[in-house]
Amino acid sequence: MINPIDSKISVRDLNFYYGKFHALKGINLEIEKNKVTAFIGPSGCGKSTLLRTFNRMYELYPDQYATGEVLLDGSNVLQAKQDVALLRAKVGMVFQKPTPFPMSIYDNIAFGIKLFENLNSSDMDDRVEWALRKAALWGEVKDKLTQSGSGLSGGQQQRLCIARGIAIKPEVLLLDEPCSALDPISTAKIEELISELKQDYTVVIVTHNMQQAARCSDYTAYMYLGDLVEFGTTEDVFFKPKRKETEDYITGRFG
Amino acid sequence: MDKHISTQFDSDLRGVSSRVLEMGGLVEAQIRLAIEALALMSSDVALKVIESEELVNQFEVDIDRELSSIIARRQPTARDLRLLMAIARTTANLERVGDEAERMARMVQSICKEGATLRLPSGDLSTASDLAAKQLRKALNAFARLDAADCVAILRADDLIDQEFNGFVRRLITYMMEDPRTISASLDLLFIAKAIERIGDHAKNIAESVIYIVKGADVRHSSMEEIETAVK
Repeated sequence: MINPIDSKISVRDLNFYYGKFHALKGINLEIEKNKVTAFIGPSGCGKSTLLRTFNRMYELYPDQYATGEVLLDGSNVLQAKQDVALLRAKVGMVFQKPTPFPMSIYDNIAFGIKLFENLNSSDMDDRVEWALRKAALWGEVKDKLTQSGSGLSGGQQQRLCIARGIAIKPEVLLLDEPCSALDPISTAKIEELISELKQDYTVVIVTHNMQQAARCSDYTAYMYLGDLVEFGTTEDVFFKPKRKETEDYITGRFG
Repeated sequence: MDKHISTQFDSDLRGVSSRVLEMGGLVEAQIRLAIEALALMSSDVALKVIESEELVNQFEVDIDRELSSIIARRQPTARDLRLLMAIARTTANLERVGDEAERMARMVQSICKEGATLRLPSGDLSTASDLAAKQLRKALNAFARLDAADCVAILRADDLIDQEFNGFVRRLITYMMEDPRTISASLDLLFIAKAIERIGDHAKNIAESVIYIVKGADVRHSSMEEIETAVK
């Protein structure tokens, strides 16, 4: 086990239940600040569930609950008194399928900002441009900001969602299989974006694509059946994993 | 080794590993011939060594091509990746062993040409050359069985070849001083001794690669104690 020097998120004895189903079993994990951490593992291993505890996305569904602690900068986000809207402003999320709002490209970005900040129109223009530039989308959309977001290609839509996520300047960005519906070029652009984003944000990515985890993360966590099997630097996990289970999975011997 | 979900991947890895062993077998035969050429001071036997060089080179090229293909198509990780990297190193070492055997053979031819065969202490090299050949065979066996423990013994035994080499150089110097007419042929013999010593080094490198595959530890340039800890 490694102890990152500067943790943004500390997971302590986290258990998660879907009704009676015990989906996460006593997870302990440190997510380092300004680094990319990838969660890998077969379907149903709990990696997305773990990701969703970081911004309490699971609360949208009934009968789901967590015990233990998820400390964001030392304060437990699972506490009842935590303001969930504020938490999600700090911990943004991008989903597997692009989810542009049915509105213009400009408004897709501005929508979230308006919830938290009161910017005048020139500041808002600047912020929208900033977010689109960060998401490596500005060049492609700057002349059609008033057009609908759903008219963009899949890869562009996903980058639009990332722009929307970072527009409110979160501290952590959670990416739940952000490239699974994208072609290799769009995927490469998003991976490139991820490595740029980590200068300003802490990024956690769930991916089924192990090569993607290898390419763009600094740390990798391998999960299986709700357990955290191995956590280490991506280099160690992909080159010299400590646990045989991890090795079998990443070399394609799992089955 | 456990099986991959993709049986084609398994057979690719098995295929390239067995090519390495084939290449190793060929190089071993080359060394045996080079040693025989040296013992008999036979230009004809030496020629056979030189002729097989082409084949060894071809093996290296073929194996490299297979490696690139597996890497491009399978994106290997962990021990699969280590295996392929170690194979790349091992074939480079084997190819150089082939070069050293060829060098020995050429020097034997040169000594024969000078007609100096009887005046030289070439028999003194038999211990070192047998040791080097044995080291290579053990290294290849360790590769075939992926046996890291055997590799430690190989690494330890490398000192013996080095000692033999140093002793031989001292004796050769005495020889040259006693009879300056042997200097030219003695230098040829010195190159042979150096080639033998190098073969030992390459066997050692191969043993280090095997440790790398099995344990994931890069033990090049490490002390014996560090290596033993890594292999434990």
